[in-house]
Amino acid sequence: MSEALKELSDHIAQAQAGVVSKTEVRLGELMLETPPDKIIALLTYLRDDPKCLFKQLIDICGVDWPEREKRFDVVYNLLSLKNNQRIRVKVQTDETTPVPSAAPVYSSAGWFERETYDLYGVWFSDHPDLRRILTDYGFEGHPLRKDFPLTGFVELRWDDVQKRVVYEPVKLAQEFRRFDFLSPWEGAPKVLPGDEKAQEAAAAPAKAN
Amino acid sequence: MSDVEIKTLTMNFGPQHPAAHGVLRLVVEMDGEIVERCDPHIGLLHRGTEKLIEYKSYLQAVPYFDRLDYVSPMNQEHAYALAVEKLLGIEAPERGQYIRVLFSEITRILNHLLNVTTFAMDVGALTPPLWGFEQRELLMEYYEQVSGSRMHAAYFRPGGVHQDLPTGMLDSMDGWIKQFYPFMKDIENLLNDNRIFRQRTVDIGVVSAEQALDWGFSGPLIRASGLPWDLRKSQPYDVYDRMDFDIPVGKTGDCYARYLVRIEEMYQSVRIMEQCIAALRKVGGPVRVDDRKISPPRRGEMKGSMEALIHHFKLYTEGYKVPAGETYTAVEAPKGEFGVYLVSDGTNKPYRCKIRAPGFPHLQALDMMTKGHQLADMSANIGSLDIVFGEIDR
Repeated sequence: MSEALKELSDHIAQAQAGVVSKTEVRLGELMLETPPDKIIALLTYLRDDPKCLFKQLIDICGVDWPEREKRFDVVYNLLSLKNNQRIRVKVQTDETTPVPSAAPVYSSAGWFERETYDLYGVWFSDHPDLRRILTDYGFEGHPLRKDFPLTGFVELRWDDVQKRVVYEPVKLAQEFRRFDFLSPWEGAPKVLPGDEKAQEAAAAPAKAN
Repeated sequence: MSDVEIKTLTMNFGPQHPAAHGVLRLVVEMDGEIVERCDPHIGLLHRGTEKLIEYKSYLQAVPYFDRLDYVSPMNQEHAYALAVEKLLGIEAPERGQYIRVLFSEITRILNHLLNVTTFAMDVGALTPPLWGFEQRELLMEYYEQVSGSRMHAAYFRPGGVHQDLPTGMLDSMDGWIKQFYPFMKDIENLLNDNRIFRQRTVDIGVVSAEQALDWGFSGPLIRASGLPWDLRKSQPYDVYDRMDFDIPVGKTGDCYARYLVRIEEMYQSVRIMEQCIAALRKVGGPVRVDDRKISPPRRGEMKGSMEALIHHFKLYTEGYKVPAGETYTAVEAPKGEFGVYLVSDGTNKPYRCKIRAPGFPHLQALDMMTKGHQLADMSANIGSLDIVFGEIDR
């Protein structure tokens, strides 16, 4: 499985040398990286090349890495029924750089890109209908960004006086709690006191030679 | 009389409509009785599952998967469990894998029973749901016996399943299978050659194989369009590679073909169930990995063992850490390819968990399928797409 993927990755890297900036096979899955302006060329190639034939766009999603300069990954998961292979294509972008829409290549991209735009605020240029899709009408913000709080900013309730639902800022009955269970001891090397002497003794003769 | 200019009428359908299968709102542009364009407005059931999962430990995320597609909960847990297992580099023990396959197939029957019968209701038949829901109830009793809950089971965990089957369950399933065949014959007698049912479904919403690929179809929908594609065969997970079953393929790609594919899949699921039951009678051993850093100890052990108590406490507060990495793992859920794209940063919580629901691209194609059909055919199309809003809106 992974040898076939290696072969495929070499094939693509060779044919699309100027387009693919990185290839990686991990856990039996092939990943390609490409700059945003090349994505359409790469997707079209992957769809039509007789060795690839990734005819199905399975999914597009975003991943947010706020500490990075280009904070968003846009991840395309493709599937080839013919060769029974999957591939993952990644594009890095930020809030302002648009990614060309994949809708002309795959019809199914339309909603996936709408969703990524809705939840992350990644802008897709030339998209036929880039509207919000999952969040409420008139929603503000992009909820899956890491800096968007879990509780959100507004809550809605039925106002019995006005006879309609009203939006209000979120009021929390208690402060939002997020426990940090990551114990600082876990990462320390498991060395019993005194054991390091045995290692030093083992290392010392090696140095002498 | 001079030429009359006919303007298209924009009509609202839903979000509360019995044929909408949940909270679907459609804005339909009609030319007389013909649908020109339909624009599905989704997200009315959006609960932010993916965001919530980022704030929960790996084990705490399991119940969210039941609540996505609430008609086929265990298949979705299966995808998540496989994804976490892949990142952890572990594999469920053999008996656990058989149990998971057995319950995945029970879930498939549960889902198809609901879809086939309510689809029949959408096009005018009332008896099938009344009969089918009785069978669903019997199957949900098995859910309840293993997990304590009829629907939201949280039974498949990363590393296996939560508990072994109770005694006598396999015999009881044998009895259920015996009575299920005549029941299926009854349903087929009701619908297959029914004049009304055929008039409402044959040649409605035809999707060609190219369109099915282009629009990201999977599961029964892609098979009804003539492509023999099933992840259980092509990319087998757990013990599916040891199972003997066939993949039904439709010829026409219309609503009727989708119905027939689902009917045949139920027969095949029963076949897999029979093989699993036979195997489970022979295969013993644990049902989840015997690694105390991942799977919690039994309650009985905790009464006497200090170490078990510590492990239990650690697993239910901190959880386990998953090595950094990412994976896209998919299973053949009853509705199609259900995938989980899991990104781990090496902590005890998923960094990103994207849920790829099969219904999402299927519903997107509704506009393509319905264009040029009559309004009444739209509800037939929606019924045959098998959409559930828990998974589409997430």
